[in-house]
Amino acid sequence: MADNSLNAEALSGRLQQLAHSAGIQQWDLGASCSTDTSVQVDRGEAKQMKGAQRSAITVRVWNGDGLVGITSTSDLSDAGLERALGGAHDASAFGNAEETPAFSPLATAPLVTLDQPIHQPQPILTLLDTLKEAERQLLDRHAAIGTVPYNGLAQRSSERLYLNSEGACRHQILTTASLYLYARAEEAGRKPRSSGAVRMAYGTTELDIAGCIDEAASRTIAHLDYGPIQTGSYLCVFSPEAFLDLIGAFSSLFNARAVLDGVSLSQRDSLGQTLAVPFLSIRDNGLNPGNIGASTFDGEGTPTAPLDLLEGGVLSHFLHSEATARVFGVAPTGHAGMGAKVAVGPDWFEIGPTPGSSGGQQGLDRFSHDEPVVVIDSLSALHAGVKASQGSFSLPFDGWLVNGGVSRSIEAATVAGDIRQLLQAIVGFEGEAKITPDGLCPYVWVGGLSITGDA
Amino acid sequence: MVASPALNAPIGLSFEISWQPRLEALLAAGRRAGADLVEIFLERTDHLGVLAEQETITNVSPSFGMGAGIRVFLGERDGFVSTNDLSDQGLLQGLDQALGMLGLGRSSTSASGFEGLGPLCDFSTTKADWLARCPSLAEATAKLLEGTARLAQHGQHLQARRGSYSRDWQNVLVAASDGTFARDIRLHQSLGLNVLAADGDHRAGLGRRYGTSGQPDDLRQWDADASAQDVCTSVGTMLYANYVEAGQMPAVLANRFGGVIFHEACGHLLETTQVERGTTPFADKVGEPIAHEAVTAIDEGLTEGAFGSLSMDDEGMQPQRTVLIERGVLKRFLSDRAGERRTGHGRTGSGRRQSHAFAAASRMRNTYIAAGPHAPEDLIASVDRGLYCKSMGGGSVGPTGQFNFAVEEGYLIENGQLTKPVKGATLIGEAKEVMPRISMCANDLELAAGFCGSVSGSVNVTVGQPHIKVESITVGGR
Repeated sequence: MADNSLNAEALSGRLQQLAHSAGIQQWDLGASCSTDTSVQVDRGEAKQMKGAQRSAITVRVWNGDGLVGITSTSDLSDAGLERALGGAHDASAFGNAEETPAFSPLATAPLVTLDQPIHQPQPILTLLDTLKEAERQLLDRHAAIGTVPYNGLAQRSSERLYLNSEGACRHQILTTASLYLYARAEEAGRKPRSSGAVRMAYGTTELDIAGCIDEAASRTIAHLDYGPIQTGSYLCVFSPEAFLDLIGAFSSLFNARAVLDGVSLSQRDSLGQTLAVPFLSIRDNGLNPGNIGASTFDGEGTPTAPLDLLEGGVLSHFLHSEATARVFGVAPTGHAGMGAKVAVGPDWFEIGPTPGSSGGQQGLDRFSHDEPVVVIDSLSALHAGVKASQGSFSLPFDGWLVNGGVSRSIEAATVAGDIRQLLQAIVGFEGEAKITPDGLCPYVWVGGLSITGDA
Repeated sequence: MVASPALNAPIGLSFEISWQPRLEALLAAGRRAGADLVEIFLERTDHLGVLAEQETITNVSPSFGMGAGIRVFLGERDGFVSTNDLSDQGLLQGLDQALGMLGLGRSSTSASGFEGLGPLCDFSTTKADWLARCPSLAEATAKLLEGTARLAQHGQHLQARRGSYSRDWQNVLVAASDGTFARDIRLHQSLGLNVLAADGDHRAGLGRRYGTSGQPDDLRQWDADASAQDVCTSVGTMLYANYVEAGQMPAVLANRFGGVIFHEACGHLLETTQVERGTTPFADKVGEPIAHEAVTAIDEGLTEGAFGSLSMDDEGMQPQRTVLIERGVLKRFLSDRAGERRTGHGRTGSGRRQSHAFAAASRMRNTYIAAGPHAPEDLIASVDRGLYCKSMGGGSVGPTGQFNFAVEEGYLIENGQLTKPVKGATLIGEAKEVMPRISMCANDLELAAGFCGSVSGSVNVTVGQPHIKVESITVGGR
């Protein structure tokens, strides 16, 4: 492709010049560009091969009244920049005078250096051969696995940039790779079953392909023997992935933006209140080495940093942008996007027992427990089944009923509850915490959740 | 101050006919390299988003962009490259990359077999002023603030009131080596009202979305008061609702957005992308019954002003009215270029994509179950004990055909009457099992705007149905 990289100095100079001509004193800019290649296969043949070159900028300006406006564009030409700057200035006339963002006081603070090796992209036909081989190995694992309908091997080279009119300049270059394999298995006279696995790394040569195949195969095969489950209340065991998904869906609990907007279950004075069992802690830590592709700064240039959200079951901190931090009288935490109204979001959760606590019930083992347990392996349709502002959830899931050491896949079921009650009903943890794309978490045992089946 | 075409005087830069020789050179180069078919999709976009919260405009987010998607087919395989770089060099490098994916390279010697683009099919001629005719930013903000003020007027215990407006303008030019040469302008506008009500431990959140295509005056004609009343009535009812009791039961699904059940449970399984993946149970069922004989289902891109309507799809083909199921019998699948090449199902003008960054795929447009002979109250009267789903939330379908969707506003049906409101219900099932259980269709078909996310990104769609009765379905709850 044509040269697809960001020149921070040149971009800053061009914008400074355009802003000066337009009489704009204060501005900042977020920019990104990326080059992607990816492949999909279908039973030994290439299904689709894709390449993409993307670039985008968001310009934010403050007008003479101190109000903020933004405009985004994929046109990085001088004409595009000029149009974006003009659009942002026009939009600033409708800026919110009650809550105006400012530059982050940490936009020039030192950044940590992460060990993120840069990998050269592999030729796409090499990716294709790699994925074909992975698909073949997965198909060979069990006669019932007939297809791998959802699969992909992708690599990305990307750059991010944050600049502002006071001289802040953040720049990050990154390469990442990902592999996903979702198999479909079907036995005669039985319903089709499906499951899969995902792996991420800094380059395709670092991907744990064998591990991904193993996990996709074992998960899929483990769902072949299935049966209905009786509706009722069950002791449940969330897989690390499922529990992280659930906490992520309710992350407005920790989000200062949502608190100020009145759409969080937390209030401004909720810090210090007990939210969960005393042996549960949740930390947001985008800098964990397990977070492949971590950003070293947020959309406002604030450095990424670890932040305790729940310590010993007690709500300890909120995630902040510059504007929300100013309202709360604290420092920005590095969780902001960029906008006239700045969004706030988590990076990467570390969930587990509170250091120094009992960690709840000890020796939990779903395969040797006395009473039946429902293992919730993966949750579906979180966008539809989670009411974050109300605390309730009702979600389809894939999982197993484990009874007396015997595990049987559940045909179709939903799990429902209230997140506040769930956090108070945690029994304990099983096994070591596992690194996933969304965070670090062990298996989490929760008592008394409503399961709806069709038995 | 610099001028801002995006906001104060939107002009909507268009692709001119002068692009033809550049595109023909690229298509010829692709064919000379050995490609069976080369397709180029050019796009310019202009977007405006506005958010009002309580009595304040809290976010105005304009954006504009451009890009190209280049797709090369060789047999059933294809390579696809997208780029923001519309220079000759950028497009040529994109073509080279796409050819390289298929093991092809440009050649200067062999004949291309490409006979040039056909006459331009220009669907944009009457639409050039659409963007300029849209409401100004000042009008849009005023209308949204009227909406949030009406919410305050009609609602009680409202903790948060939001109004959102989105305007998406898109100019596209499609050229392919089979001679396809077509241009269009699309305009989609949508409005949303959302509230969160809280009273002690009782909380309820609810929203409504309204959307149209090709109607620049849409926002001006929006009845903010009626919409606010609708939202407030529903959230006021749901605020004190109890959780639904889980189990298997009959359900009556209301018209309009109730159509999401067909969209999720069956519609996706009638796209050729699912045939290609081997993930639809209906792949070999054309001509066979797959649903109750009460069910006739249609997908079309023709209804004037509907959110999923098109003048042409993203492969330059005019949309059709496609009867998917007629009296329970599967008639045909929705198909795009790739689907036609890989499955043999003829194209239906259903090749759609979110933007140039996605290859087109077979996707739904305006999809609905046709009206039946019954009055809506007949359906409810026929149920001893069941669930009435007045308003649906979102849903999804998995790789084995299992679907699920959330009930946003539900009521118990007891002895043929609507009784208590209930919340927290999720409907789950499998298309093969549920479609034969749709036993009654009412005579009150209505459509509702929505967004559908799938393999080629998020696209505007319409779902719809009359009131329908499902004899038995699994209701997840507490």
